[in-house]
Amino acid sequence: MTVIEAPSRVDERFSHIRRLEAESIAIIREVAACFQRPVLLYSIGKDSSVLLHLAQKAFVPAPLWFPVLHVDTGWKFREMIAHRDSTAARLGFELLVHTNEEAARAGITPFTASSAVYNHAMKTEGLKQAMARWGFDAAIGGARRDEEKSRAKERIFSHRNPAQRWEPKTQRPEFWHAWNTRLAPGESMRVFPLSNWTERDVWDYIWIEGISLVPLYFAKPRLVIRRQDTWIMVDDDRMPLEAGESPEKRSVRFRSIGCYPYTGAIDSTAATLAEILLEMRSTRMSERHGRLIDHDQAGSMERKKQEGYF
Amino acid sequence: MRDTPHQMPEEESPDAIIARVIAAEQAKSQLRLLTCGSVDDGKSTLLGRTLYDADCVYEDQLARLFNESRGRVPEGDLDFALLLDGLMSEREQGITIDVAWRFFETDKRKFVVADCPGHEQYTRNMATGASQADAALLLIDARKGVLTQTRRHAHILALMGIRHVAVAVNKMDLVGFDRTAFERHAAEIADLAEALGFTDAVAIPVSALKGDNVLTRSAAMPWFDGPTIIEWLESVDVAAAVVRGPFRMPVQWVSRAGQDFRGYCGRIVRGRVRPGDELMVTRSGARAVVARIMPEYDLGQAVAGQSVTLVLDRDVDVSRGDVLAAADRPPVIADQFQAHLLSLGEAPMIPGRQYLMRLGTDEVPVSITALKHRIDIDTRAHLAARQLAMNELAVVNLAADRPVAFDPYAENRDMGGFVLVDRITHATVGAGMIDFALRRAGNIPWQAFDTAPDARAAAQGQRPAILWFTGLSGAGKSTIANIVDRKLMATGFHPFVLDGDNVRHGLNRDLGFTEADRVENIRRMAEVAKLMADAGLVVLVCAISPYARDRALAREIAGSHPFYEIFVDAPLTVAEARDPKGLYAKARAGKIANVPGIDVPYEAPEAPELRLTSHDAPAEALADRVLHLLQLGRTLKVTDN
Ligand SMILES: Nc1nc2c(ncn2[C@@H]2O[C@H](COP(=O)(O)OP(=O)(O)OP(=O)(O)O)[C@@H](O)[C@H]2O)c(=O)[nH]1
Ligand SMILES: [Mg+2]
Repeated sequence: MTVIEAPSRVDERFSHIRRLEAESIAIIREVAACFQRPVLLYSIGKDSSVLLHLAQKAFVPAPLWFPVLHVDTGWKFREMIAHRDSTAARLGFELLVHTNEEAARAGITPFTASSAVYNHAMKTEGLKQAMARWGFDAAIGGARRDEEKSRAKERIFSHRNPAQRWEPKTQRPEFWHAWNTRLAPGESMRVFPLSNWTERDVWDYIWIEGISLVPLYFAKPRLVIRRQDTWIMVDDDRMPLEAGESPEKRSVRFRSIGCYPYTGAIDSTAATLAEILLEMRSTRMSERHGRLIDHDQAGSMERKKQEGYF
Repeated sequence: MRDTPHQMPEEESPDAIIARVIAAEQAKSQLRLLTCGSVDDGKSTLLGRTLYDADCVYEDQLARLFNESRGRVPEGDLDFALLLDGLMSEREQGITIDVAWRFFETDKRKFVVADCPGHEQYTRNMATGASQADAALLLIDARKGVLTQTRRHAHILALMGIRHVAVAVNKMDLVGFDRTAFERHAAEIADLAEALGFTDAVAIPVSALKGDNVLTRSAAMPWFDGPTIIEWLESVDVAAAVVRGPFRMPVQWVSRAGQDFRGYCGRIVRGRVRPGDELMVTRSGARAVVARIMPEYDLGQAVAGQSVTLVLDRDVDVSRGDVLAAADRPPVIADQFQAHLLSLGEAPMIPGRQYLMRLGTDEVPVSITALKHRIDIDTRAHLAARQLAMNELAVVNLAADRPVAFDPYAENRDMGGFVLVDRITHATVGAGMIDFALRRAGNIPWQAFDTAPDARAAAQGQRPAILWFTGLSGAGKSTIANIVDRKLMATGFHPFVLDGDNVRHGLNRDLGFTEADRVENIRRMAEVAKLMADAGLVVLVCAISPYARDRALAREIAGSHPFYEIFVDAPLTVAEARDPKGLYAKARAGKIANVPGIDVPYEAPEAPELRLTSHDAPAEALADRVLHLLQLGRTLKVTDN
């Protein structure tokens, strides 16, 4: 039996997580100092929640002074929207919400369009529209390099041309902490303060700082159906059931959240943060496993990012 | 994932376990490292293997790896490089193009790894990886030994200040795990390491593909008694030296929360600070004492690596770009210095051209005043050079528009490492490391004279200005400028035409027509125009000035004098038909080179003050439009207020 002794004294200023925190705060402050109209992208998930927490820490004792943007596809879990609104009310930041109404009117839904078409319209185009609508020149996002192989190649300050495209072959070299934040007219920057965090760092930090999360992350009995090897939650009555499908109640939780028809849950009874952290330490699957959209095609994330996806 | 202690006394709650586990994990030290070496030596494979052996690959990723490996490596093996090479073009070509950042941990340490490309063309990407790392794994192929590219990477490591290097002699399986082969390479490596000043360069025989001496000791090489890759990585000592040394914090952001609060935000890059310490503000030299540090930590002091907000005891002028530094050990403050410079952009870097320097949080225009010598990255020989192509390294002198605060790179990476940004494209075109200050700025003090510019202008009865005519040879610059000159004279002004061709007969006699010489040509013309404007004249400059950057520089040199960029726009066909100097004919005949519009580009101005299309109006009418731009001379008139 291995028992890990608590170290006699950890100087917390040097701890791994505090270093990551310091680096992220420096990145956020850099955005604040170098851009005209920054925005923080808030997807309501755990990474966004950590990002929001860091952005607030970065400016204490001043409040978070730039807006927070949610690109709403119209198909997020209801609990996400409730959490978003209560968080905005509690923390008092300016919340902007944008939906690609045109695509919604054209009838693009997760059930009528392919996942590639749906995601392109509601997420990629939705975000691009929002960037243009409010004239943002820098968008801070919660993407991490450990999420996916093409993300592992992306810069912290990731330059976008006027069409908001990511060009993997002409990325600006990034040296030391001497970030190049310059833009030509029409160009923009996507900035990733959590680049060097792993999924586990994010969970550890949530535990250490007591950050509040959407309840979807915690296991409880939920109405689900089995699709493509994963559990899909029947979040509202817009979900068409196929012949032979009947929703069942199972104790599940989500490792990563997005649009409910595309987000798979895992069997779990971890109902508290500590239980999740324990479960995390024995899991054998990556967090993107439950996402149906990444499997569309090989290199799909890279292609989407080139088109302007986050 | 591998270090999960789940067996615990019955009564321990999940919260208690997690508290204990996290405390232990947070106490782990961390190492940032890169893999480098020549193309195909197995860097990505070694790293992929390490992730796999350290149990840091999830099952779904593994399943994909099994599928994708088929046909790429011998049956039964896995193509571990696929865990790293994440771009489509990388997988197609089977090479690494850009740095991949990966994370893994063992019981002792957490690692951040930059998997760098080996291909010569992507050397700059390797250098970015090195700029973030404390230690390096340099790979060589046991069949090939130390190659040119191996030396090149080793030199860049040394240049970037990396002292801890392990050389993995890879693909030992392909040389039958032969001891003598390894020992031959090890001897060569030892020489290289000594020449470059690596402190603990160890050679390790491995097979990345099979896993020998990566995480587990090789049964096929019992003769090797040195460390495995992981043992070496876990034992490299990169203790936090940054905490020692004089305090430095480049100011990122000034926080004004409410009327009374003024805090200076930044990340401490060196040393420590506590309330009561006296600090110096680098740009003004003002001093103040630290009143408060936020957030407040137990021991009351903040150290290198932390992002903090400092509150000072008195009102001093501090803004972004300043460095707050230990008052008794301030950094160097100078506007001229020597640096090692690595060129990163597609276009060559040229002395005289202006770039934006990003050093710490400061941003200041600089130009290369002297290209002292280029360093051959393969042989380290010093070579003469007039310009720097991509991936080339040189020792240069730089002059900044105003003094900046720095420490030599060898003492402090964050205070001595900078990037250069192109002023037009905003691309990052250079990375530099400051060696020392050149104190020449102090030796040629600016001579102040009693007659103020305004008084001079009043005596002339005009306000000076610079009209910069740009356009292809034969576009009509001199013709139009000549008419403007005449008309201004006729109305009582004092203009002067500074014509490119004429200047080349005297002042610029030593210059040719290469890009580098054109830069210098324009710089000198701009300086002369500035002096003439200082003397009170209205200066009409006629110069092809084909590069946007150089015209931007001319505008900057003009300083506070009004500067009008006038684009005399004629299509090449028209200019070529006119060919007043026979230039185009010679160029077409292949007798001369570097003619803008023919074999070198002419970069048309995007937003000139005035654009004249010279082929559809008579020169007189175009000259009138220039006068109109000056509101028929009103801009030039001295008024009383
Ligand atoms: N037999 C054998 N083959 C190896 C070993 N290590 C790597 N290889 C093979 O060598 C080839 C190149 O490996 P990579 O890991 O892509 O090389 P790299 O150094 O990352 O290449 P670049 O990043 O493009 O410079 C692949 O086909 C590997 O399977 C080894 O230890 N033994
Ligand atoms: Mg590689």
